[in-house]
Amino acid sequence: MAPQLIIVLVFFFWPAITALRQSLYVQDAFGLGETFAGLANFTRVLASRSYHEALVNTAIFSVSVALGAMAIALLLATMADRVLRASRAYRTLLIWPYAVAPAAAGVLWMFMLDPTLGVLTRAMTVLGIDWDFRLNGGQAMALVIVAAIWQQMSYNFVFFLAGLQGIPASLLEAAAIDGAGPWRRFWTITFPLLSPTTFFLLVMNTIYAFFETFGTIDTTTSGGPGGATRTLVYKLYQDGIVGLDLGGSAAQSVLLMLMVGLLTLVQFRYVERRVQYH
Amino acid sequence: MVKGFRGIASMAALSTLALGAMPASAATDIVWWHAMEGGLGDKIDEIAEGFNQSQSDYVVKPVYKGTYSENMTSTIAAFRAGNAPAITQVYEVGTATMMNARGAIYPVHELMADTGQPFDPDGYLPAVTGYYSTTDGDMLSLPFNSSTPVVYYNRDLFEKAGLDPDAPPTTWEDIAEASRNITDSGAASCGFTTTWPSWIQLENFAARHDIPFASEQNGFGGPAARMTFNESDAVVAHVQDLIDWQQSGVFAYGGREDQASPRFFSGGCAMLMASSASYASVRDNTENFEFGVAPLPWDPEVIDQPKNSIIGGASLWVLQGQSDAVYQGVARFFNYLSSPEVQADWHQFTGYLPITDKAYALTREQHFYEENPGTEIALKQMTSGEPSDNSRGLRLGNMPQIRDVIEEELERALNGDKSAEQALDDAAERSNELLEQFERSVR
Repeated sequence: MAPQLIIVLVFFFWPAITALRQSLYVQDAFGLGETFAGLANFTRVLASRSYHEALVNTAIFSVSVALGAMAIALLLATMADRVLRASRAYRTLLIWPYAVAPAAAGVLWMFMLDPTLGVLTRAMTVLGIDWDFRLNGGQAMALVIVAAIWQQMSYNFVFFLAGLQGIPASLLEAAAIDGAGPWRRFWTITFPLLSPTTFFLLVMNTIYAFFETFGTIDTTTSGGPGGATRTLVYKLYQDGIVGLDLGGSAAQSVLLMLMVGLLTLVQFRYVERRVQYH
Repeated sequence: MVKGFRGIASMAALSTLALGAMPASAATDIVWWHAMEGGLGDKIDEIAEGFNQSQSDYVVKPVYKGTYSENMTSTIAAFRAGNAPAITQVYEVGTATMMNARGAIYPVHELMADTGQPFDPDGYLPAVTGYYSTTDGDMLSLPFNSSTPVVYYNRDLFEKAGLDPDAPPTTWEDIAEASRNITDSGAASCGFTTTWPSWIQLENFAARHDIPFASEQNGFGGPAARMTFNESDAVVAHVQDLIDWQQSGVFAYGGREDQASPRFFSGGCAMLMASSASYASVRDNTENFEFGVAPLPWDPEVIDQPKNSIIGGASLWVLQGQSDAVYQGVARFFNYLSSPEVQADWHQFTGYLPITDKAYALTREQHFYEENPGTEIALKQMTSGEPSDNSRGLRLGNMPQIRDVIEEELERALNGDKSAEQALDDAAERSNELLEQFERSVR
């Protein structure tokens, strides 16, 4: 068997099948006894209010993070592409946040926005904003979104910049000679030519927002207050690792697997049609 | 790298052999997984080292495995893989899960009887061991680090507000009154804040006022327990008070676990409700002001004499699947751990409660409480009377998640999303789902 196939089998199929099996059983934590439960775990998860809330949270969080991180990265990449002097220094600085671990990024933002000690909190108090993400769910969500965007922005930046550099300058110059302004040049030439990059990043950012933001949430809000920042992945962790509800968390991970698979399928089927590969 | 390390290790082994320090027969290893980091972790190594030096048959090997929940998950995974440690430290909220895993654990009272080690259950403090014993008083796990909530207050701010720092508030009404004085006089922006909201404001509130938190003697009677805290008018009134106080500045919510502490350290709040084991951390973080310790308040309209508060922290569980020699060693180690000297040292160093009467007496003889004012408050609060069914503790399945649920609903009440009654009803309803699920899984 090809070695790469073995890796896929061991690290993907085996755990996936274990999860699928576990999601059909009710089991105590120590594995001393288990009873077949059919789809009871799934119905219990799907009927629970906290799962619905986590679903809504994940939708808000993922859309905000993916769009925010991509929009800001695109803006910065367009700007950095035009910089003539010290461009290397600018680029390095803009790529830097990606080297920070998600958990550390979360802590960094938490310190700046801590309700009692944060630097930014003081600034907001001066502006008359009552900042307390430990009690205000909307503010807590804003905090994790900002921290997650800040992290992912650099990754997007690298790809957008590379994409921009792949666009032939002659095209843009010809358009300029024909009298197209910068705004028009961007939307009619640059943006469509960037669409393969944008599509790739859309898929990657969705996956990032779904799975890789766990550390950011865990170190800042731990899913609180009142479950306002509990995403599907965070709930899975809380139920499975902390709560030791193996059947329920396995059912959740199967659902999550289906959801992300479906989302990626939709993206490839409907969004990719609009992508122009060149 | 690996080779080099092995080389050093074998050289070290050889030199120990040469020195004759190795016993004739190889000592039995006893692996102990724990979740104590930093200074507490060092202290654990010291205790193990002390035991290893005291005899030559057994070597206790402590291993730090991360947070409480990480350690518990690791222990369970190791047990399922047949590699469980002999001893593992489990937080108090994991007690129901452990004790219901009958094939996985070796109850301490059985271990002590089977190994023939001297063991006097009456020498332990019932308020501490009760949490980890059956309703008949048989000890299931050895209490290790137990603490109970107390009130830390800022003496300087009390003086500023015209309050007597030597007469801290003892009832909830006094707390509210003192807080109003503090905010009105401008001494601080908030009266009090709390750490561990569910543990201190609900679980301990219920215990201290002899209110059943859940049916089946708070779950001690079996996994059929369901929540009852929402049926108590006193609990609803207390949460309503917290909501009102949050509005008026008497109280400021500061988050879960220990997240609220900085509000007290920075002088933002004049009082902090926190674990007695936070003593060292409070001392180290309050260099700018003098602090005092007071008992957890109660409401005289609900109860004449408050019951004992309940403990938090963790206990040591023995797992199945080890050899008899290992169990002999574990029993001897538990005896060593329960000795007055080790207990008193642990208690004085960490602020956790001693588990035996003798350790308490020894600490008193050493004048520790006089030299460290406030450190005895927690013990007095714990030992003031016989624990009742409602103040022995909680033994509810899925308790880590239940705490999350309760704190979530509490947060929703405090930020104005729900009324106190609604939040408590929802908390009970959601907790009951978790309890039902637990009951099914252990059947």
